[in-house]
Amino acid sequence: MSNSNDIDRLIEIMARLPGLGPRSARRAVLTMIRKRALLLGPLAETMQTVARTARECLTCGNIGTSETCAICRDERRATGELCVVEDVSDLWAMERAGVFKGRYHVIGGTLSALDGIGPEELSLPRLKDRIEAEGITEVILALNATVEGLTTAHYIADMLEDSVRLSSLAQGVPIGGELDYLDEGTIGAALRARKPL
Amino acid sequence: MATFRSGLAGGGEAIDSGAMEWRDEGICLQRRAHGENAVILEVFTAAHGRHAGVVRGGASRRMAPSLQPGTQLDLTWRARLESHIGAFTAEPLRSRNAALSERMALAGLNAVTSLLIFCLPERETHPVLYARTVSLLDLLGQEDVWPLAYLQWELVLLEELGFGLDLSCCAVTGAREGLIHVSPKSGRAVSAAGAGDWADRLLPLPPCLRGAGPATDAEIVEALGVTGYFLEKKLATALGNRPPPEARGRLVDLLSRRLKAV
Repeated sequence: MSNSNDIDRLIEIMARLPGLGPRSARRAVLTMIRKRALLLGPLAETMQTVARTARECLTCGNIGTSETCAICRDERRATGELCVVEDVSDLWAMERAGVFKGRYHVIGGTLSALDGIGPEELSLPRLKDRIEAEGITEVILALNATVEGLTTAHYIADMLEDSVRLSSLAQGVPIGGELDYLDEGTIGAALRARKPL
Repeated sequence: MATFRSGLAGGGEAIDSGAMEWRDEGICLQRRAHGENAVILEVFTAAHGRHAGVVRGGASRRMAPSLQPGTQLDLTWRARLESHIGAFTAEPLRSRNAALSERMALAGLNAVTSLLIFCLPERETHPVLYARTVSLLDLLGQEDVWPLAYLQWELVLLEELGFGLDLSCCAVTGAREGLIHVSPKSGRAVSAAGAGDWADRLLPLPPCLRGAGPATDAEIVEALGVTGYFLEKKLATALGNRPPPEARGRLVDLLSRRLKAV
């Protein structure tokens, strides 16, 4: 309780953010108020700007500040490779790795009959259109290695069968990972995908 | 004060904590995000049937791979009252993730878990169905035997839920030989002689439905059409006319496509 409705409201909103609870939200707000010029002012300004400009890219589903995101506008990324990801956070993770030089397509979730998510709820029809319109030669399915992600990957593979080359991310031992802590499924997948040294 | 005993083989321990608590082995059916780190886990257990509970930290990087559908889990459930959703602590016993890179295994797992979620009332025990489900899931990835095992599992599912097929003798003549039809009304076998003019209104009875294996893919697809009829027209109707899960349709579709490809 801060004796101010505005500050309490700010704490309440901050506490809804992932990774923050009421206690950490209070600490964050207090820090921002103490460093008003350095943090609070610029943050408020930037948030207002982002609230005004943030939008979904009409082509790939990434989040940017214009109708077409920077990746889709960049002609150097028209390599014919299209990486299909589940969510914008996955796209950002791929970009952080800085390895993939093609373009992306965010499908916006996974198929789930129990939750009523079918192909129409995901942007799969748009994926098909893009493959034809942009002359895509390879689709890389970079979906999560969960039952839902794999089911969706197989569905997409069936949908695009014969129209384009399809590949998926390898599964196996993560860098820094120890075999003792891996589940049997991952060890099996890693062994099947072994490569000569 | 209520106490439960463990459903694990070898007996269990009475728990004297004042709270509801049991320990059992179960199959993970599905998980839903609950807040930031927790999940609501739905499992099918031997002694407690289909049961849900919260797993704190279930969405974490360490635990999430162990809570995939199909994984065999050692579960402890605790709640203050029996009517509460309660909380699980779950330890993986056996992962079935290895088979999931194969299309048929994945489709099969989805069909099994979604049918169990669709059909089973919560907290109603079905030990026979549980044992058959464990055996079936252990066969995942063995594409030569799996479809027939799945068909037999569907027959057990119908039986357990009160819509079992009686294929031992003809419903009209009582004959035990020459059974080639199933009555869509009663679920009983009918012989050619017994069918008479009604033959075109009856469902086919492939030999594999009566346990005469091994069966061809064509026979299994035909038999799945029969069990599918009873799942949709009888069981789903009894459950409030909800459509049966699409995952089953996808499995049958996959089997049909494999048949065409041969």
